[in-house]
Amino acid sequence: MDTAEQAYDMTNIEKAETVPPRPDPGPEPAVVQFAPEAEPAEQEVAEERAEYDTIGDVTAKDAVMTVRDCNVFYGDNHALQHVNLDVGRNEVVALIGPSGCGKSTFIRCLNRMNDTIETARVTGEIRLHGDDINSRETDVVLLRARVGMVFQKPNPFPKSVYDNVAYGPKLHGLASNRTELDEIVERSLLRAGLWDEVKDRLDDPGTGLSGGQQQRLCIARTIAVDPEVILMDEPCSALDPIATAKIEDLIDELAQNYAIAIVTHSMQQAARVSQRTAYFHLGKLIEVDSTDKVFTNPGHRLTEDYVTGRFG
Amino acid sequence: MRLSTLLLILTVMAIAAFMLGRRRSIQVAGGYGAIRTLHSLPKYYGYYVAIWCGVPGLLLFGLWLSFGDALIMGRVVASLPEQLRDLPDAQLSLVVNDIKNMAAGQFMNPQRGAEIAVAADLYNSLRVSARWILSGLIVALGLAGSGLAWTRLRPELRARNRVEGIVKLGLILASTVAILTTIGILLSVLFEAIRFFQKIPMTDFLFGLTWSPQTALRADQVGSSGSFGAIPLFTGTLLISAIAMLVAMPLGLMTAIFLSEYATPRVRAWVKPALEILAGVPTVVYGYFAALTVGPLLGDLGALLGLDVASESALGAGLVMGIMIIPFVSSLSDDVINAVPQAMRDGSYGLGATQSETIKHVVLPAALPGIVGGALLAVSRAIGETMIVVMAAGLAANLTANPLEAVTTVTVQIVTLLVGDQEFDSAKTLAAFALGLVLFIVTLLLNVVALRVVRKYREQYE
Ligand SMILES: Nc1ncnc2c1ncn2[C@@H]1O[C@H](COP(=O)(O)OP(=O)(O)OP(=O)(O)O)[C@@H](O)[C@H]1O
Ligand SMILES: [Mg+2]
Repeated sequence: MDTAEQAYDMTNIEKAETVPPRPDPGPEPAVVQFAPEAEPAEQEVAEERAEYDTIGDVTAKDAVMTVRDCNVFYGDNHALQHVNLDVGRNEVVALIGPSGCGKSTFIRCLNRMNDTIETARVTGEIRLHGDDINSRETDVVLLRARVGMVFQKPNPFPKSVYDNVAYGPKLHGLASNRTELDEIVERSLLRAGLWDEVKDRLDDPGTGLSGGQQQRLCIARTIAVDPEVILMDEPCSALDPIATAKIEDLIDELAQNYAIAIVTHSMQQAARVSQRTAYFHLGKLIEVDSTDKVFTNPGHRLTEDYVTGRFG
Repeated sequence: MRLSTLLLILTVMAIAAFMLGRRRSIQVAGGYGAIRTLHSLPKYYGYYVAIWCGVPGLLLFGLWLSFGDALIMGRVVASLPEQLRDLPDAQLSLVVNDIKNMAAGQFMNPQRGAEIAVAADLYNSLRVSARWILSGLIVALGLAGSGLAWTRLRPELRARNRVEGIVKLGLILASTVAILTTIGILLSVLFEAIRFFQKIPMTDFLFGLTWSPQTALRADQVGSSGSFGAIPLFTGTLLISAIAMLVAMPLGLMTAIFLSEYATPRVRAWVKPALEILAGVPTVVYGYFAALTVGPLLGDLGALLGLDVASESALGAGLVMGIMIIPFVSSLSDDVINAVPQAMRDGSYGLGATQSETIKHVVLPAALPGIVGGALLAVSRAIGETMIVVMAAGLAANLTANPLEAVTTVTVQIVTLLVGDQEFDSAKTLAAFALGLVLFIVTLLLNVVALRVVRKYREQYE
């Protein structure tokens, strides 16, 4: 944990004067030595490495996706800096952090949605079951079928409820006939907890549902293509508490079959649904650990400030 | 006093009124520190006083412009010698004209020269004195109005609401100009058309199959009673519009899809202005492009294939008209495609759809109502287009569905009916108004439907 401790100091340089005595004293002189004000040229490289190290264990037991040294640039803006993180099978990892810290940017790397942004440039190594998703051989279409995404604002297509769910399976040829398609649609809606509410109005437009129903429809749409990983970017931010509770239950359930990464601004939500939590700050991944640990005994001053509500 | 001088004086007075009003409002509030006790900002009190200074005068001026001349002329006519005054109305108006021309120094009527010269002098002197009186009145009204408003300034006066009320009134008046003009055009066309239908039964016009609008020049002329069956014109119009839409819709839509979904910003920066230039080409230029380039080209091509293509054909006119409409279709479609939220596209990409699948299954269906609306607007443009068809489609009112033959359209016939010296009460010229009415109604309906469709579509994403 030596390097991690060092990182603790490094990322706190700006606040160095206000850092309280830590329970576990680190190499105090190092702080002074590496302070940017001093900035000896020959130490730059080493310093940079150290600065991006993350507290906690970035690996997962049964990793589905592994991200190593991921950087994202929007033009000249280095929006995501040297991030390492795994997403494991049957687990929910929550991504938290103040607005603009790069959570969405990170999650969009995982299914290459950043490709749709012209100015975005992604470097680093992101693997899905060992295959580099940014390599030439990877077909982004198949990748997105394996790594599904649910967006912040419910965005059903202007089609019927049925067609919304059937859209993905049709694209990927998952059903060979109408009966199979019907089955997929029903199963997905059932798992999304929406079937009872919409089974009599499958032909109504999806845009006519309530916000919470629309979001569950979007989740149903995502699980209809049977992905291995589900990415959720603040899926509940547009919903009321009841709809949120339904979706949280749904996430719990989905976690038994899928690997899930969820961005959220609600600490309670992160605490309720996730097993691991990652804290981002200004484009850096500051700390990753079990959700319990992050919320009760954070290893980094910034994390502590954020989860205790002192800023963010 | 000259009109321009008067306006200048009024402007200066209004500016002075504005400044005085503003100053006064600060005064009644009790100095700069107490401006917050005023209901409105000081400048609104200024505008309030300025409006009271200028508007009554302008209204009076407007009244004078509409009725002043008639008033003066009434006085002049009353002073005419008896034998002139008692002439029948039609001749009296000739005399009045003579007087006006004489007063302007243009014309000398040898017959009643003396009387008219006297009347013209009177007319001129009356006009000059009326001008002076008017100017005096306007200035006085301005002074009185602003003085009254000035003394009425109180902190509680809702000056902003008043001023905004006047501004709103001005806006309403401005917008009614266009509406009233449209109504006026419609009415004039309608009345002329009714006169036409008194001569030719409406059923003959709407359902007749032959169009040859010759009427006898002399009553004893034979064999040219004229025939006003408009069906060949309607079919010709439809044929050409259909060809134009067949060209414009696919090309315009594909251009829009390319521009909004595939083109890099660099390409878009070049292609969009280029298209707008295409939209800015005068239709006359398209016309001779159709007549001189496309027509002969189609003829040669037809000869090569063993087809008989008329030198003026529906095909040529339709093709060029289609090209003319492309920018119209593409920019409207571009707008609606861009209005489809990015979130919708992201949703589709997130499920592993390719770009073309996303466009086909999500973007286009979402944009469809808007595209249809745009297409309807384009149709109404095609139907109303005149220049290209005049030059390239011919004048022969053939009842045919063969695009290789010459046809003629409603607009072309309106032009030919009205070109040249015409009596304005023969069936031939009146037919133009009947055709115009039909055109007006059809395009109006198309526009109403199109605008409703477009509006409905807009609401979907708001
Ligand atoms: N499309 C884009 N183009 C340019 N810069 C972008 C774009 N999207 C995000 N950024 C920048 O990248 C940084 C990270 O943004 P990101 O959206 O990932 O933040 P976030 O953590 O998701 O914030 P929030 O909680 O507000 O959603 C920000 O500084 C933002 O300005
Ligand atoms: Mg975000």
